Amino acid sequence: MADWLKTIGDFFDHLVSSYSPEATQINHIFIAFLAVAGLVFLLVLGLSVISAIRFRSSKRPDEPKQIFGSNKLEIFWTTASFIAVAVFFVISVRSMEAINAPADKDRKADIVVVGHQWWWEMRYPEYGFTTANELHIPANKKLLMRMESADVIHDWWVPSLGRKIDLIPGRSNYRWIQADTAGTYEGTCSEYCGAQHAWMRIRVIAQTQDKYNQWVKAHQEIPPIPKDSLAREGAKLFQSKTCSNCHTIRGTAAAKRVGPDLTHLQSRETLLSGMFKNTQKNLRRWLKNPQKVKEGAHMPNFNLSDQELNALVAYLEELK
Amino acid sequence: MNLRIPVPEATEPLPSIRTTNGFLQWISSVDHKQIGIMYLWSGLMFLVVGIIEALLMRIQLGTPQNTFLSPEAYNQIFTMHGTTMIFLVLTPVLVGFSTYFLPLMIGANDMAYPRLNAFSFWMFLFGGLLLYFSFFAGGAPNVGWFSYAPLSEKVYSFSPGINYWALSILLMGIGTIGAALNFIVTTLSLRAPGLSLTKLPLFVWMVFVNAFLILAAFPVLNAGVVMLLADRLLQANFFTTSTGGSAVMWQHLFWTFGHPEVYILILPAFGVISEVIPVYSRKPIFGYEFVAASSVAITLLSFGVWAHHMFAVGLGTTFNSFFAATSMLIAIPTGIKVFNWLATMWGGSIRLTTSMLFAIAFLIDFTIGGLSGVGFAIVPVDWRLTDSYFVVAHIHYVFIGGSLTALMAGVYYWFPKITGRKLSEKIGKLHFWLFFIGFNCTFFVFHFLGLLGMPRRVFTYPDLPYWGSLNLFSTISAFVFAFSFLVLIYNIVYSLRKEKSAGDNPWDGWTLEWLTTSPPQLQNFQTVPFVRSRRPVWDLNHPENPDWKREEED
Repeated sequence: MADWLKTIGDFFDHLVSSYSPEATQINHIFIAFLAVAGLVFLLVLGLSVISAIRFRSSKRPDEPKQIFGSNKLEIFWTTASFIAVAVFFVISVRSMEAINAPADKDRKADIVVVGHQWWWEMRYPEYGFTTANELHIPANKKLLMRMESADVIHDWWVPSLGRKIDLIPGRSNYRWIQADTAGTYEGTCSEYCGAQHAWMRIRVIAQTQDKYNQWVKAHQEIPPIPKDSLAREGAKLFQSKTCSNCHTIRGTAAAKRVGPDLTHLQSRETLLSGMFKNTQKNLRRWLKNPQKVKEGAHMPNFNLSDQELNALVAYLEELK
Repeated sequence: MNLRIPVPEATEPLPSIRTTNGFLQWISSVDHKQIGIMYLWSGLMFLVVGIIEALLMRIQLGTPQNTFLSPEAYNQIFTMHGTTMIFLVLTPVLVGFSTYFLPLMIGANDMAYPRLNAFSFWMFLFGGLLLYFSFFAGGAPNVGWFSYAPLSEKVYSFSPGINYWALSILLMGIGTIGAALNFIVTTLSLRAPGLSLTKLPLFVWMVFVNAFLILAAFPVLNAGVVMLLADRLLQANFFTTSTGGSAVMWQHLFWTFGHPEVYILILPAFGVISEVIPVYSRKPIFGYEFVAASSVAITLLSFGVWAHHMFAVGLGTTFNSFFAATSMLIAIPTGIKVFNWLATMWGGSIRLTTSMLFAIAFLIDFTIGGLSGVGFAIVPVDWRLTDSYFVVAHIHYVFIGGSLTALMAGVYYWFPKITGRKLSEKIGKLHFWLFFIGFNCTFFVFHFLGLLGMPRRVFTYPDLPYWGSLNLFSTISAFVFAFSFLVLIYNIVYSLRKEKSAGDNPWDGWTLEWLTTSPPQLQNFQTVPFVRSRRPVWDLNHPENPDWKREEED
C-alpha cells in the first residue's frame, strides 16, 4: 500500500519538476490555478450528480415548481468569477514581468540558439565556437539567450527549466536560462516544424563551473589532423564528397552552417537531435542512408561504398 | 419585399430515400429539412473517416518509437484529422441541426433563402470532397489544421496537398457564410406571429448570435487562405520573411478566425443544452436573459482573444497582458451559463434519458475543458503548456466533451422529430457509458503527458518515464471510445426500422417544433398559434398556469 502511494507521489512530483527559479515560479502559479479550478470543477460535478440523483423524476413525478431565475444568484456568480480571474490576471502580469528577458542592446547575449529543420545550432559568441543540439551551461548562473530561426518557426521547450519561446524567422527573441543544479534536462521543439518535428529534441547539460570551463576550453581547441591513415582518407573524403558544403569542421576548409558544426562531434551524447546515442554503429548507419534513418532530413544519400564509410566514420570518430 | 420566387414543391414524403425519384429528389432539394438531414449524414460520414484517422494515430503512438506509420504519413493524417473534425464534422453537424430546427422552432415553413441553403450545403460537401481528393493528387496536406507559415510555403512544403487544403477551406468558408446569412435573415423575417426576439428559444438565439460571429470570422480566414495560395502559386511573398513578408501575420489572420471558430462550434452546442436540460428537468431555463446576453458577450469578446494562441511568439508584456485579460473575461459569460444550467436542474423532476445523460456529461467534461482553457489565459502557465499534449487534452475536452457531447444530447432529443422514431434508450445508455468512459480515459491522460513534456504533433517520442504507459492507456481507451460510435450507428439503423411511432411530442417539449407532426410534412405548419411566451407548447398544455401570465405580471 505504501509503495503504491509512493509511486503515485513520484509521478506527481515528476509532473511539476522544476530546476530553475523561472520554472518554480510558473509551477507555483499553475498549482494555485489548479487548486481554484479543482474547486470549481468539484462544485459543478457535485451539483450535477446530486441533482441527477436527488431530483430524479422517479422520486418526484409531479411537475416541479416553475422557477425562472434569480438576479441575486446571477450577480453572485458573476462577481465571484470576476474576482477569481482578476486575481490571476494580476499574478500573470507580475510573473511575466519577472520572467521576460531584455533584448541584447545593453547586455550581449551569452548564447545564440538558431533553430533549423530538425536540429539546433548553439553559438557561444564570447568563446567563438558553435555546437549543436546539446546546450552546455554552468549551473546556478543566469545566462541570456537569443533565439532565431534559419527556416520555419520552432519553439524552445525545456519544461523543468522554465518558459517556452518561439524561434521565428526574421525576428529575435530572448530568454534567460538558468539551472539550479548540475544535471541533464530534456526538452524538445514544441512548434510543429515539418517531417521530423518529433526528432528535434534538446538536451541542456548544466555543469559545475569547473567542468563547464574545461568543456569551453576543449571546445575552443581545433582538433588535430588525424594520424591514422584510414581517418586521413576520411578527412579527404569529407572535403571531396561535398560534406563541407553544409558542415563546419574548424581547422579545415569546411565552414558552412547549413548542417551542424562537427568540430567536436564526439563530445556529444546523442546524434540527430536526440534520436540515438552517439555510437560508431549509429553514425555509420546514418551515413549509409540518411533518408532511411531520419526520413525527410536535409542530408542526401551519398551512396558511399563500405570503404568510404569506414574512412569517414574513422575520421568523424577522431573529432573529440 | 415580396420578391421571393415560389419554391418548387417536392412530391414525396420525408425523410425516406425510398421515393420514386430516389436520390435525385434529395440532391435537387431546397427543403430545409432534407438539406439538414444531408448535412447530418455527411457529418456522420466524415466523422467515421476522422475516427479512423484518429485510431491510426493512436496505434502509432501506442508505444515509443513505433514504426507503424512513416513520419510523412503521420503528418498527413494528423492534419486531415484536425481539418476533418473541425470543418467536416462539427461545423456541418451544427449547421445541419440549425438548418433543420431553426425554421421549425420559430414556426416558419422554410429558410428565408432556400436556394442559398442548398448552395451552402453543396459548397460544404464539395469542399470536403476536394480536401480528400488531395490523397489522389500527390498527397494530403501535412502542416497541421492551422498551416503555420512559413512551413506552409512552397519552399518548405512542395506538396500540392496544401493548395487543396486552402481551396477546400475557401469553398467551405463560402458555404458557411451563406448558411450564416440565411440564419440571420430567417430569424429576423420569418418568425411566427407574437414570437419577438426576446421570446426566441435559446437554441435559435445561439444560432442567430453565432451567425454574426461566422459572418465576421470566416471572411478573415478566406482572405488568409487566398494570400497563402497567392504565395504558393504566384510568389506573392505575404508570409515569406526572406522577401519582406511576415511569418507572424499568418498567425494573426488565422487566429482572428480561429478563436471565434472555437466559439462558433460551441455556441450552438450551448443552445442544444439550453433546450435539453429544461425539458428533461421539467423546469424553464434558469436566467433566460443571462444565458442569452452572455452569448452576446462571448461573441463580442471572442474577437479580442485570438493572440492567446501566440503568447510564446514574444510579442511583449503589454500585448500579452491585453489578451490575457480578454481571455480571462470571456470565461465569465461561459461560467455564468454553466451555473444557470445547474440551477435549472436543481429542484426539477429530472428524467435521466440518454439525451439528459449526455447533457450532464457535457456539464462535467465541458467544465474541464473550459477550466483548462482559463489556464492558458494565465500567460506563465501558457508558457509552460502551450503546444503540448495539455493543449491536445484541452481542445478535445472542448470539442468532444463540449460540442460533440452536446450534439449527442441533441441527436437523442430530436431524432424522434426528424424520423418519427425514438432511438432505443437501452442501446442509447450503452452508447452513453462507452462514450463517456472511453472519451475521458483517452483524453484525460493527455494532461499528464503535456506536463511531462510531450509536444503535440509528434509522430513518435523517446521512451521517457511514464510516456509509454500513459500513451498505451490512451490508445486502448481510444478503441473503446471509437466502438461507442459503432453502437450509435447501430442504434440509428435499428431504431429507423422500428414500427412504433414516437408521436409528435414524445418528450413533452415546449418549443414550436413539437407542435408539428413527426417527421414534419413538407409544409412544416398548417397553422401556428399566436406565441405569447418563451414556451408556447407549455402554454397550450397548461392553460391553468401559462408562462405569459407570469410575464404579464412582471
